[in-house]
Amino acid sequence: MSNTAEMPVTDSAPVIRPKTSKDDRTMIGFMLVIGLYLIVALAFPLYAMLSKSFSTYSFDLNNFEFQVDKGAGWSDPVTAQALNEDLQVVKLEELATSSDGRLAATVFFPDFSFRSTTKYRLRQIRAESSFLVGSTRIADTEWHEFESNKFRRIVLRPSSATGLDNFRVYFSTPALFRSIENSLFIATLSTIITVCLAFGFAYALNRSKMRFKGLFRLIAMAPILVPSLLPGIALVYLFGNQGMIKGLLFGESIYGPIGIVIGSVFFTFPHALIIITTALAISDSRLYEAAVSLRASRWKTFWTVTIPGARYGLISAAFVVFNLVITDFGLPKVIGGQYNMLAVDIYKQVIGQQNFEMGAVVSVVLLIPALFAFSIDRYVQKRQVAQLSARSVPFEAKPHKRFDLICLSYCVVVGIFIVGLIAICQYAALIKFWPYQLSLSLVNYDFNVMDGGGWASYSHSIQLGIYTAIAGTIIVFAGAYVVEKTNGFFATRSAFQFLAMMPMAIPGLVLGLAYIFFFNDPANPLNGLYATMGILVVCTVTHFYTVSHLTAVTALKQMDREFEAVASSLKQPFYRLVSSVTVPVCLPAILDISIYLFVNAMTTVSAVIFLYSPDTTLAAIAVLNMDDAGDVAPAAAMGMMIFYTNVVARLIHLFLSRNLLLKTQAWRLR
Amino acid sequence: MSEQQAVSAESAKSYLQIDRLTKKFGDFTALDEVSLEVYEGEFICFLGPSGCGKTTFLRAIAGLDIQNSGTVSQAGKDISALPPSERDFGIVFQSYALFPNLTCERNIGFGLENQKANKADIAKRVAELLEMVGLPDQGKKYPAQLSGGQQQRIALVRALATSPGLLLLDEPLSALDAKVRTYLRHEMKLLQRRLGVTTVMVTHDQEEALTMADRIVVMNQGVIEQIGTPIEIYREPSTLFVADFVGAMNQIEGKASSNNSVKVGDTTFTSREHNLQTDSPVIVAIRPEDIVPHREGTSSQGVFETGDTENIFDAAVEDMEFLGSFWRVSLNNSDFGDAVLIADMSINAVRHMTVEIGKTISVEFQSDQLRVFPPNTNTV
Repeated sequence: MSNTAEMPVTDSAPVIRPKTSKDDRTMIGFMLVIGLYLIVALAFPLYAMLSKSFSTYSFDLNNFEFQVDKGAGWSDPVTAQALNEDLQVVKLEELATSSDGRLAATVFFPDFSFRSTTKYRLRQIRAESSFLVGSTRIADTEWHEFESNKFRRIVLRPSSATGLDNFRVYFSTPALFRSIENSLFIATLSTIITVCLAFGFAYALNRSKMRFKGLFRLIAMAPILVPSLLPGIALVYLFGNQGMIKGLLFGESIYGPIGIVIGSVFFTFPHALIIITTALAISDSRLYEAAVSLRASRWKTFWTVTIPGARYGLISAAFVVFNLVITDFGLPKVIGGQYNMLAVDIYKQVIGQQNFEMGAVVSVVLLIPALFAFSIDRYVQKRQVAQLSARSVPFEAKPHKRFDLICLSYCVVVGIFIVGLIAICQYAALIKFWPYQLSLSLVNYDFNVMDGGGWASYSHSIQLGIYTAIAGTIIVFAGAYVVEKTNGFFATRSAFQFLAMMPMAIPGLVLGLAYIFFFNDPANPLNGLYATMGILVVCTVTHFYTVSHLTAVTALKQMDREFEAVASSLKQPFYRLVSSVTVPVCLPAILDISIYLFVNAMTTVSAVIFLYSPDTTLAAIAVLNMDDAGDVAPAAAMGMMIFYTNVVARLIHLFLSRNLLLKTQAWRLR
Repeated sequence: MSEQQAVSAESAKSYLQIDRLTKKFGDFTALDEVSLEVYEGEFICFLGPSGCGKTTFLRAIAGLDIQNSGTVSQAGKDISALPPSERDFGIVFQSYALFPNLTCERNIGFGLENQKANKADIAKRVAELLEMVGLPDQGKKYPAQLSGGQQQRIALVRALATSPGLLLLDEPLSALDAKVRTYLRHEMKLLQRRLGVTTVMVTHDQEEALTMADRIVVMNQGVIEQIGTPIEIYREPSTLFVADFVGAMNQIEGKASSNNSVKVGDTTFTSREHNLQTDSPVIVAIRPEDIVPHREGTSSQGVFETGDTENIFDAAVEDMEFLGSFWRVSLNNSDFGDAVLIADMSINAVRHMTVEIGKTISVEFQSDQLRVFPPNTNTV
């Protein structure tokens, strides 16, 4: 050791590679599973949709070669292109087609007769397209020989290419791109009206001493419990061609912008109200005392204290409403008449014209404003933090007779609007045959004799609700747990967080369409999921993932960061901590997530409209289909069934919360 | 006191060896090659300002944030790369991290369940632990129903329940009010000595460190400034940072003259030995209690009296603050420029010398307590 002093300075301490514990490995496993879920249920389908929107299909006539034998041996090979140049049977614009396009081979042979003894040969020059013999697909480049009787069953299939052609077609079709303008107009107008109405309502609830606040809160939340198209049905009964108070519109038609805006205001109202109420609730009463001591007028105080304090809430509410309206499909479908909107266009392209590529194009167009609104909302939400300091004093309203009366009358008017639309639906459902036979009857509840799947749809919906609530809560909570409580893996966790936030920006219809592209591909090993209850559950969970995820994350954030450290120092596996501490403490949030998922699974139309099968018809879709078929009263009846089911679910949730929480949350009581 | 020092004597067995630990968070080096040896049964405090790396150090020992390089061995076993669950320690956090939905009994028993112990044994052990911290009848309550001090004690016995070889305390007292804190630090120290469990505590409170620790590790900017007993740290600070961070310290700019003297303005003072170059700028440091009032010919009553005039000078009394057991006197001398000297004087000394604001008195720098440090930007 005498030469220690001469030892090189490079003798540095050993680098340590941390050993992972069993818990770490389990957590990584969890993260992978849930990450995989989000990738399969969200990223891949969206990618499939995006690539679909850039896929174009056309018949490449140069690629097909024919030979004919009329008894004197085979003629020289001739391309379909050459034949067409002579015959002009297929026009240039007819060459562009969809993925489903088919062109009969016989069109190139005007003298074709299936009784003749003529024989035909056909081949592709390059293996870029294919042709069908009956339903047998042939994609090789060999010559294939056919009797004339068989030749008549041959159709040519298009070859695909990637490009912007679909978008070019979209923007050169006025009927299509005018929808952008319509959608933006409706969404903007509805947003302005809803935010103003909701602000007034929230203001009355927060800043007055009026009576019946609890009742008004309940009423205001009711629209969440019904499908978005239900107000449309109510409006048809009120202002439709045979409407009860049609005259009030002075000849204007409810079918169109007016109806869509009124209905949109109805179904987005509670969403805006929740956000604005939260924003108003965090006001600091010291600011108001300061305003009073400075002798500011009520008016001035309102503009200098109230509005700036609630501004983030207002902006956030506006973008949430905007997003809901622009992506909603059920309402404009029911009451939009000839007024086209983007979401309806997707439906029309896919269901009506089977033009999946154009459906994908409209979806991409619809994604743009949705993503924009979503990013602004996220940005604003981040700014909102810590408005309220620990020293703030919550605002406590003082009684003020006249002001309270104004607030009460305002809330009554809004309340009548909400309750009125729901009541109309219930009334319509019970009337035998509006407007000719006004006697009450339950005939409209005989769903089994109508389109839409009958009572089975109703029970499917309940199944979907329950499965979604159970599977969704588990997936969402486990996902939030790994995001919140794993150490390290910053890149993976941020990617996970990003995926978890994305569903909020993806319109349900777009997600559903993306699922068709992804899951209906025969090459997909998950193809078996298609047209089952399973895909409906996956789609619904994914569609409503973000809000559930945020609820779970918020609950988990309130848990002490050191619980995991304590448990591991006590040699306890993390799942013991989860089962005896994390889950019991987060139980209120877990119940909230499951009821949220249940209610939304019951009411959603857009996410599942492309994915249900005859075996998995759903109640909300039955509403749409019955309305479409002219059975408006049964549609209203089914809509009300959804409403009552959700009310009952809410009551059960309330009851469970009360009782379960008494047991598991005893520690909250001091 | 003698009992306390016996623990850290050379005869004690080395329990924890930490060798050149480095921990980086991105570009930021939180710990830079720190080494430390902890003896069995010792109470060690990591003391330093926030951001000095003391909590990172503790978390590295626990395996919660494993170091980038350097080794940790505990009881002869290399634990450098092990996850927390494979190490042998109990931990108490500043927040206590008590499980809110479990009763105190179940909190304490959390680490015992699952260890194949039967229920009766667990209950017995839990009761024993509750008894140990004087909370025998609080077991059925939930944490939220207890006071902060009680919660802290529950967290402490939960960490001790499995009889770990090492107890880690991360600012365990800082969430409590002053009175409870003073009481609990005494109780914790007694308990630790009784159980003989090797303990490492992180604190930013010097009083806590001075009263509880067998040895203090003073840290700053990711490195250890000094390791020593509380008395060593206070009386023999090895760096200006330690001198300044622990206790109050007057700092005067001066110049080194010989290896045991220093020049401030025109006056030369005898100081402790130092090895700084003659005429290089230095910081002269002296504690307030080491500035002693001086009057020739008077004896006793706390007033210093020697024949020679070394280190004695006149200073004007600018201000006086009565702090109960002593007076804090602000002094000024033209040699020191604008610097104000703080001297702590006993009540008796002030009375005898009739120290008053505006008066000029004669004071002495005790030469064995006058320290000289190179000027350092590394101050608090």
